[in-house]
Amino acid sequence: MTPALSLRDVRKNFGPTEIIRGLNLDIGRGERHAIIGPNGAGKSTMFHLISGRIKVTSGSITLKGEEITRLAPYEINRRGLSRSFQVTNIFPKLSVYENIRCGVLWSLGYRYSFWRFVDRLRDANLRTEEVMELIGLAARRDTPAGILTYAEQRALEIGVTIAGAADVIMLDEPTAGMSNAETELATTLIRKVSEGRTLVMVEHDMSVVFGLADRISVLVYGQIIASGPPEAIRADKAVREAYLGEEAQA
Amino acid sequence: MLRIAAAFAALALGLMLAPLVFTSGSALTTMSVMGVMIVFALSYNMLLGQTGLLSFGHAVYYGLAGFFAVHAMKFLALNKIGVSLPFIPLVGAAAGLFFGVLFGAVSTRRAGTVFSMISLGLGELVAAFANVLRTFFGGEDGIAANRAKLAPFLGYKFGPQIQVYYVIAFWCFVCVALMYALTRTPFGRMCNAVRDNPERVEFVGYSTQRLRFTAFTLSALFAGVAGALAAINFELMNSQAAGAGMSGQVLLMTFVGGAGHFAGPIIGAALITLLQISLSDVTKAWMLYFGLLFILVVMFSPGGVAGVLALHRPLLRGGRIFRLAPVYAATALPLAALVTGGIVLIELAHHMLVEAQSDGASTSVFHVPMDGASPLPWICTLALFFGGALGLRAIWPKIGDAWASAMMTQTAGKNTK
Repeated sequence: MTPALSLRDVRKNFGPTEIIRGLNLDIGRGERHAIIGPNGAGKSTMFHLISGRIKVTSGSITLKGEEITRLAPYEINRRGLSRSFQVTNIFPKLSVYENIRCGVLWSLGYRYSFWRFVDRLRDANLRTEEVMELIGLAARRDTPAGILTYAEQRALEIGVTIAGAADVIMLDEPTAGMSNAETELATTLIRKVSEGRTLVMVEHDMSVVFGLADRISVLVYGQIIASGPPEAIRADKAVREAYLGEEAQA
Repeated sequence: MLRIAAAFAALALGLMLAPLVFTSGSALTTMSVMGVMIVFALSYNMLLGQTGLLSFGHAVYYGLAGFFAVHAMKFLALNKIGVSLPFIPLVGAAAGLFFGVLFGAVSTRRAGTVFSMISLGLGELVAAFANVLRTFFGGEDGIAANRAKLAPFLGYKFGPQIQVYYVIAFWCFVCVALMYALTRTPFGRMCNAVRDNPERVEFVGYSTQRLRFTAFTLSALFAGVAGALAAINFELMNSQAAGAGMSGQVLLMTFVGGAGHFAGPIIGAALITLLQISLSDVTKAWMLYFGLLFILVVMFSPGGVAGVLALHRPLLRGGRIFRLAPVYAATALPLAALVTGGIVLIELAHHMLVEAQSDGASTSVFHVPMDGASPLPWICTLALFFGGALGLRAIWPKIGDAWASAMMTQTAGKNTK
């Protein structure tokens, strides 16, 4: 079976500076894959490259065997990849409900239709309710997203991301800036929403990473220096030097 | 759903009964123009309020469609084709849609400042064309058509203004209903999403460019209907209707009414049309008042009239609106002083700068004779103006406090229930 996501020698230059220096990675279907690495290693850039937000300089990216290297973000999304953002990126004036529904509409085939009422689309509204329950924001249904608390906005960010039919979900630091209690809730949520899907996430919190991930890749200075199951990564000497060691000293 | 149906029933009833209440000829003219402008302003708000696109050239679609409508009227009358006046707006819709597709394909490739600048450029382009293509645009005089020469519809020839009013009212109602319905479709909601956060839209499967383009063409279609209605109403089109002045006016109406609410442009179009027609009879400095109105709305109430009304809606529902009565009563006096002082200052200055050389320094404002050359009227009005300003400044924070405390007791009351 072709991997869910496959990167072959992906490179990205900003001017003369090479930020991503040849990524090779296969992520299997149904796998929960965590990307870790020190600040500035290029984790978010890697997410932007995969999701089409910025264009790759060279190399190729395939999604379920299909080439997506030079596609626009919406074309990649339609092929089944959905991502969240490190800095909350939602629709601030729209209600929680509307936010989630925006994530649902395309996947149910409603496209740009202006000849039917959105409130009458049973399947879209059922799915929206379902996602709202799942992320625990049902009580905030009509609240504008802009005035939610930080943790609620992060949950909504995940909700919008998983609302559609995408089977590859990418979460960029889903628990960044959260308290311990909030992180625990978020971890449970991520476990729930990634069931039956492929999950790729960037995360700094090691308890979340080792608690959730089936496999971990370590990105340092634009290259993947190790990739494998959590125990192997924990034992890897190069990783300890480059990354985990730093954590221990801090 | 019931409330919306009731609102539309009220709109239909209001449009039907208005000529029975306001019977004078000038009222009928005013209401006809209002109907046209309501459609035009709502079409503009499909871009500004719904999709977050600031266009400086929306009159292009209104004006060009108006010319097509005038030419269609002439053509139909000349060749005795049995299409009657009430169907002319469809010509406008088609023309608006055509130019919307044509120019939208260029201008909606980008959003933000780039879009605004392209819309401005296209407006200038059409204005330049209008000066050259005299057979189509008619030069300074414009193109005239006689609406009564078209085939009668159910026996009506649409010569009298009252019959034209009902044609406008009918199309106004249809367009308002359609544009409202559009806001409640998947497309309409995704337009709102584009306005809020275009980047995120691309990551839920939608092309922002395609959404902008679709919004733009539909908006041009409705602007085209408005242009055709204007052609029917005035029986005349000239190139100013497609120019920058008209584009500025539709922006003014939409903004003053409130771009954030569907009804905002309706309020704005009605208000500005009324002011335009009545003010120009009263004062020659009427353009200045529009400029001031726009600045004041931008500074003190960016949500427009509809925004201010929306702030009061929860209080009205909770029956606590009367709590604001004392503070509003206290505001009335300084506000009246400020406005009166301001108007007298403007009128006096206008008289001294423009008319005094030929007519002498003495004039009258609000039927009060005054001499612009003597310091007395200046001192009095300045005192009035600044007295009002100081009074208003003192009371301004209290309005907010009164509103907040009324809201507070309301939510507290709700929680204890």
